[in-house]
Amino acid sequence: MSDLDTKPTTGSDEPGTVAKAASWVSHVISDLGKNGIFIALVLVVVLFAFLTDGILLRPQNISNLIVQNGYILVLAVGMVMVIIAGHIDLSVGSVAAFVGACSGVFAVHWGLPWWLSIILSLGIGALVGVWQGFWIAYVGIPAFIVTLAGMLIFRGLALVVLGNSNIGSFPSEYRALGNGFLTDLFGEYELDPLTLGVAALAILALITQQVRTRIGRQKYSQEVEPLVWFVAKLVLITLAIGFFAYALAAYKGIPVTLIVLAVLVFVYGIVMNRTVFGRHIYAIGGNRHAAELSGIKTRKVDFYLFVNMGTLAALAGLIFTARLNLAGPKAGDGFELEAISAAFIGGAAVQGGIGTIGGAIIGGLIIGVLNNGMSILGIGIEWQQAVKGLVLLLAVAFDVYNKRRAGGR
Amino acid sequence: MTTNILEMRSITKTFPGVKALSEVTLDVGRGEVHAICGENGAGKSTLMKVLSGVYPHGTYEGDIVFEDEVVEFKDIRDSEAKGIVIIHQELALSPYLSIAENIFLNNEQKGGFGLIDWDKTNHEAAKLLARVGLRENPTTKIMDIGVGKQQLVEIAKALSKRVKLLILDEPTAALNDEDSDHLLDLILHLKGQGITSIIISHKLNEIKKVSDAVTVIRDGKAIETIAKTDVTEERIIKDMVGRDLEHRYPDHTPNIGEEILRVEDWTAYHPQDTSRIVVDHVNLNVRAGEIVGIAGLMGAGRTEFAMSLFGQSYGSKISGRVLKHGIEIKTRTVSEAIDNGIAYATEDRKTYGLNLIEDIKRNISMASLKKLERRGLVHDNEEFKVANEFRKSMNIKAPSVLVKTGKLSGGNQQKVVLSKWIYADPDVLILDEPTRGIDVGAKYEIYTIINKLAAQGKGVIVISSELPELLGISDRIYTISEGRITGEFPIKEATPETLIKHMTMEKAR
Repeated sequence: MSDLDTKPTTGSDEPGTVAKAASWVSHVISDLGKNGIFIALVLVVVLFAFLTDGILLRPQNISNLIVQNGYILVLAVGMVMVIIAGHIDLSVGSVAAFVGACSGVFAVHWGLPWWLSIILSLGIGALVGVWQGFWIAYVGIPAFIVTLAGMLIFRGLALVVLGNSNIGSFPSEYRALGNGFLTDLFGEYELDPLTLGVAALAILALITQQVRTRIGRQKYSQEVEPLVWFVAKLVLITLAIGFFAYALAAYKGIPVTLIVLAVLVFVYGIVMNRTVFGRHIYAIGGNRHAAELSGIKTRKVDFYLFVNMGTLAALAGLIFTARLNLAGPKAGDGFELEAISAAFIGGAAVQGGIGTIGGAIIGGLIIGVLNNGMSILGIGIEWQQAVKGLVLLLAVAFDVYNKRRAGGR
Repeated sequence: MTTNILEMRSITKTFPGVKALSEVTLDVGRGEVHAICGENGAGKSTLMKVLSGVYPHGTYEGDIVFEDEVVEFKDIRDSEAKGIVIIHQELALSPYLSIAENIFLNNEQKGGFGLIDWDKTNHEAAKLLARVGLRENPTTKIMDIGVGKQQLVEIAKALSKRVKLLILDEPTAALNDEDSDHLLDLILHLKGQGITSIIISHKLNEIKKVSDAVTVIRDGKAIETIAKTDVTEERIIKDMVGRDLEHRYPDHTPNIGEEILRVEDWTAYHPQDTSRIVVDHVNLNVRAGEIVGIAGLMGAGRTEFAMSLFGQSYGSKISGRVLKHGIEIKTRTVSEAIDNGIAYATEDRKTYGLNLIEDIKRNISMASLKKLERRGLVHDNEEFKVANEFRKSMNIKAPSVLVKTGKLSGGNQQKVVLSKWIYADPDVLILDEPTRGIDVGAKYEIYTIINKLAAQGKGVIVISSELPELLGISDRIYTISEGRITGEFPIKEATPETLIKHMTMEKAR
């Protein structure tokens, strides 16, 4: 009766041995394409390592790179999620300044314990997110407008809280958030054993997880990449982590900021890839109407996205304040633009629906290396700005070009 | 001078890895209406893009001879300068500009100092509108007129460019019967004025109505050109699918059980103009294993009814009762509707149905991620397995479930949408124009899927503007007009004549 049942299924599922070599090459190429941003980071690092006669890769400088860019990377994590959902947040710099000022009042003026100050400050960030999320999700005002208003509102409130003066001299536990290191546990060594140990564990965990994923996929008879390539990639990643850990160990050990970042990347990586909430963010960014008609509560997702962004902006504000040991009116100036740049350099799509946490982090690191490398070379702030602008433009242009090539039918 | 206005000779066009056109030859006589048909992906649109210069000379092999002269178009402007104008399926009009502004877009009527002469613009536009029989003020905004009229504006725009060869890509795909008829009459009228037309269409009855010759394309090859006198639906279908389709509709032996869903007094108003009633006290029901058709013209309130029922996705001041197995349920949000076992597959897959930048797998799971959740995490291997099973059972033609849905043909996209809803495992599926813009072969597969769903004991509601389709697959048909149910017919009593009569029945005023 139905010719649907009798028709042989098109396309075979197991590629023959003939196709294996071709699939190997195509895997490498597609991986290179997908990880183009990672390669770009490597190229930028190599370029500046060469230009600065290796100063860029000195242990102290590598450690500084993380600590100096920590708050931008924290913001980039939240920002890329907002961008994937098809929104934007212009207010994060002002929110960071506002929360930094509030934390100064809590920890310095009121003398609250450092941990309570931090919790209260994060709570204020969340409330800011509730405020902005309400207007965006439930009133339906575009995020661009709401957060543009927020940029002004919270900059203003930061000044009100500061009352025309800076707040300084934070408690040392608080300051550790911005410039502390985890070294003192085992005492002072040439190479910090804790750092090396953590790195070894991280590598082990990464390999276990990769192997498990691979086995899981094979069990469900999904195509996996060729074994040689799989191993080669793991070796490369191991070497990279190893070098990085060596550099940190040779300096002061693991920066507290890095721990915060690692936790964020790990948790949000899972949220975006493996939780229903994360999937809904991608679905909304890809096609809001289709998501709505599939039963996804788009308003709720939008709302929580901004609550999340507000909280992360608060965290960035705390790290920045802790690093400077000062809550001032100029804090957070231009952070939003660096975070947005990081997300876009990291491959997020302007229209939404595309982007990754890892990409945003690497995008942020590229900006960081550019900042750092050019500073070492003694290039003035004016040219640094221009170069960063150009890199953003080129990165997105490259992305657009790639998509056009891939999408051309 | 030959009698052919256009000769495309041995056109071959290759994309990386794919031969989209292979040695296609097409002769179009001066002043004729030439139809081109073929399944989606057969190469019709590619051929027209070669002709209109979208794919410039040098990117294809073969020659194009237009008005006895070999032409080498570099872009669309080149081909338009020669009088070849293509009107795409997705209309290229700016909604916020007026009709006149759209007609003369990039061809502005200028007066002194290079400024736009609005009097002349509107006057010339009015003349063109009269030629296409559109009674609208040239200053009306495009967004304020319907799709049918927009199509006429596109043709008026083509006329303003002194068109000699008009190419229409599925011009009636989004039109109701009345607008379609008007458009087809216009094409014949223009033919009387010496304008040659090429019309790409899936609709065999309209091809028969207007065309002087039909060229069928399959797998990038021109199968044959059939003269008007020899055109039969059977022959075209056979050429298109390369095999005989014994029946256009698969056999369906209904096994109808208890009532699943009953809707009582369902009423909805326009979302902005809240005094305008759009769905007017609709009563209907569907039973297990039953395929219920809803026949209505565009704008009759069919989609509006379905969407207001499905989580109040349309309309304002919605009232009425929904009963499932005799018990009242609420469908105030989409997720509530889904939880209550109702699914709605939209008429507009690209805008409302799919995430085109995401792969097949994630589109299928989009409405049912909760099912794949294990300890708070989405089980992605299970998701892959599920999607792969659907790819096989629904015959989605893609090398893997990781292919982005934006790259699939219309028929395969529709199968992904259906997979999504079947995976959500509803008791009642509302399918809105499930075969719009889909070729004959894929339509048959969609009908087969609908039959299978009914055979599993689900209630299926099919909304369609194609009467033969409703008559071919339904067990019972409701007609809807001006938001009201105007008739209910068991399939044995339904004829096209009675249905059309009830579909156009107006309210007593």
